[in-house]
Amino acid sequence: MLLEVRDLHVEFKTRDGVARAVNGVNYSVAEGETLAVLGESGSGKSVTAQAVMGILDMPPGRIAGGEILFKGKDLLRMKEEERRRIRGAEMAMIFQDALSSLNPVLSVGAQLGEMYEVHRGMSRKDAKGKAVELMDRVKIPAAKERVGDYPHQFSGGMRQRIMIAMALALEPSLIIADEPTTALDVTVQAQVMDLLAELQRELNMGLILITHDLGVVADVADKIAVMYAGRIVEAAPVHEIYKAPAHPYTRGLLDSIPRLDQKGQELYAIKGLPPNLLAIPPGCAFNPRCPMAQAVCRTDVPPLYRVTESPVERTSACHFWKECLHG
Amino acid sequence: MPEHNEPAYDPLQPGEGEAIAPTGQGGPMDLALDEAESLEKTLGDDSTGPGPGPQEKPRSLWSDAWHQLRRNPVFIISSLMILFLVIISIWPQLIASGDPLQCDLSKSQQGSSPGHPFGYDTQGCDVYTRTVYGARASITVGVCATLGAAFLGSLLGGLAGFFGGWGDALLSRVADIFFGIPVVLGGLVFLSVVTSTTVWPVVGFIVLLGWPQIARIGRGSVITAKQNDYVQAARALGAGNSRMMLRHVAPNAIAPVIVVATIALGTYIALEATLSFLGVGLRPPTVSWGIDISNAASQIRNAPHMLLWPAGALSLTVLAFIMLGDAVRDALDPKLR
Ligand SMILES: Nc1ncnc2c1ncn2[C@@H]1O[C@H](COP(=O)(O)OP(=O)(O)OP(=O)(O)O)[C@@H](O)[C@H]1O
Ligand SMILES: [Mg+2]
Repeated sequence: MLLEVRDLHVEFKTRDGVARAVNGVNYSVAEGETLAVLGESGSGKSVTAQAVMGILDMPPGRIAGGEILFKGKDLLRMKEEERRRIRGAEMAMIFQDALSSLNPVLSVGAQLGEMYEVHRGMSRKDAKGKAVELMDRVKIPAAKERVGDYPHQFSGGMRQRIMIAMALALEPSLIIADEPTTALDVTVQAQVMDLLAELQRELNMGLILITHDLGVVADVADKIAVMYAGRIVEAAPVHEIYKAPAHPYTRGLLDSIPRLDQKGQELYAIKGLPPNLLAIPPGCAFNPRCPMAQAVCRTDVPPLYRVTESPVERTSACHFWKECLHG
Repeated sequence: MPEHNEPAYDPLQPGEGEAIAPTGQGGPMDLALDEAESLEKTLGDDSTGPGPGPQEKPRSLWSDAWHQLRRNPVFIISSLMILFLVIISIWPQLIASGDPLQCDLSKSQQGSSPGHPFGYDTQGCDVYTRTVYGARASITVGVCATLGAAFLGSLLGGLAGFFGGWGDALLSRVADIFFGIPVVLGGLVFLSVVTSTTVWPVVGFIVLLGWPQIARIGRGSVITAKQNDYVQAARALGAGNSRMMLRHVAPNAIAPVIVVATIALGTYIALEATLSFLGVGLRPPTVSWGIDISNAASQIRNAPHMLLWPAGALSLTVLAFIMLGDAVRDALDPKLR
C-alpha cells in the first residue's frame, strides 16, 4: 500500500475549547489508484490532507494520535528534515485556488524551477529549462514565451495547470488534490480533471481527490471515502456506493445530486447543520440529522462495520447499515 | 522580451475586453480556443496591437507600483524636492558660496541685504548659508536613522512574525517598553550624558526609539503574508524555512515596511530638530536647523527672519518625505486602488 492513514486524530486549540476536527480517520491509497474523499464543508477533509502532507498549522493544530504510513514508514515519527525531502518529491499537493497558491511576485517559471532547485540542487538557469518542459507537459500553449510571465497574467484554467505542473515536477508517487477544480468554470473543470487523470495514469501515481462534485467522482475515482465530523463514515468502491449506499449520510449526499429526470422538483437536502466540532453529539455524530436514527445511535458510537470483505473491502460506520443497504 | 509573440488577433473571437485567442501557436487548438488565453503582454510602452482596447497589463507588484507612481504628481513633486535636498546636502557649495561658521558679530540680526537674502543671525552668521548647510545634518540623520530602524525593525519583527512562539512574545514586550519611552524625556536623559559632536548618538537614539514601530508593521505583514496559500503551497512542495522566508514571505511583506519607513523618515528629521532645539541633539559646530531655530526662538520679536528660514526649510523637508510616503503607500497598497 502506498499510503495508509490509521486512526488519525487532529485537534485544534481554539479560544472556546478544543475542536476535534479529525476523529479517527482510516483510509488507504495504492499506486495508480484514485481515492475520492467526500463530505460537507468542515468535515475535516482538508485537515486530514494537511496532516498527511505535514503542513498542518501547529499550533493551533495538534496530531492527537494515529499513524500515517507512507511506503510502510510512519511519517509522524520522521524528523522534519526527512519529511521535507519527501514533500514535493514523493508526495505533492494541488490546492483549490491556483491564483492564491502561486506567489504573485515570482514568475511562474521561477516557481516551477524552484522545485528543481530545492530538491535536485539545479542551477537557476537549468531549472528554467525544466520549467518550460513542464509547462509543455501540462499543455500550456507557447510555454517558452510565457515562462517569464506572472501568475495573474494567466487564466484560471492555465494557472491550475501550472499548479499541476509544479506538483508533478518531480514525479511523486502520491498526489493530493484538494478541490482542484472548484474555482474553475465548468468547461475548464473537465479539461483540468482529464489532464490530471491522464498524468496520473502515465506516472502510475496514487491520487487522493478531495471534492464536492459527485459527478467528477463517478468518472475518475476507484473508491470513495465519505467523511462526516472528522470520521470516515463509509468507504467503498465507486460503483457499489452509487448502486447502494450503506450509510444514511451517503444516501443523503447521493439524493442531493440534481437529476435530469427530476427536473422541476425541489432539490433534496440533508436536514440540519453539521455538528459543532467543539461538542460533537454523543453516539453517532450524524444521529441528530439521521432519518433512521434509533435510541442506540444516541448512545453508542458505531464501530466500522465490514459490509463486504472481498473482492474489495467495504466499510460503514452505521449501526443499521444492513437496513440502509437494502432499504 | 519575446517580441515576435505579438498575438495575431482572431476577428472571430468575440473580444470580451481582454480575451484574445492566440492563433498560429503550435499548441492544441481546442485549448487555444476553449481557454481563450489572454496573451496581453507588456511589450514596452503602448505597443499593444489592434483589437478591442486590449489593456496593457503591468507585470508585477513592483512594476505596477512604479507605473502608478510615475503618474502621481505628489510623487513627482516630493521626489524632486528630495532630490534637491540630497544634492545640496552633499554639495552645499553649489548654491551657497559662504562659510556657515564664518560670522561677523557686527552684522548681528541684520535683515536682508544684497548677496545675503535671508539676513544675519545673532552671531552675525549668514542665515541663507546656514539654512543651506543645515540640510546635510537633517538628511544624514533622517536617512541613517531610517535605514537603521528599518533594518533592525524588519529583521526582528519579521523573524518574530515568521516563527511566532516565545520569541514573538518577548519581542512584543520589549517593543512595548521602547514604545513607552517618552521621546523628549528620553532624549533629555540619554543624550545629555553624551559629549560627542557627531550625528551618531542622535541617530542611535532615534533608531532605538524608532525600530519598534517598524517591527510591529513588519511582524504584522509577515504574519499576513505567511497565511497566504502560496506559502503553504511552497511548504507542501518541500521548501525549507529560509527559502520560504526569503522568496515567498519577505517580498510579499516588505511593502508596508517601505511605506512606514518613508513616512518615518520625515518624522525622524523633525525629531532631530526637536532634540537639537532642546540642546541635546546635534551640537555646534554642526550646523542644524534645530539649533538655529532654538537660537532664533528667543529673538522672534526683534528678528523673525532668523526663525522663518530654518523653520520653513525644516517644514518643507518633513513635508516632502511625508508626501513621498503617502504616494508610495497609494502605489503599494492594492486595497486602496
Ligand atoms: N488552522 C486552523 N485553526 C483552527 N481550526 C481549524 C484550522 N484549520 C481547520 N480548522 C477546523 O477544522 C475543521 C475541518 O476543516 P477542513 O478544512 O478540514 O474542512 P473541509 O472538510 O476541508 O471543508 P471544505 O469542504 O469547506 O474545504 C473546520 O471546522 C475548521 O474550523
Ligand atoms: Mg477543504
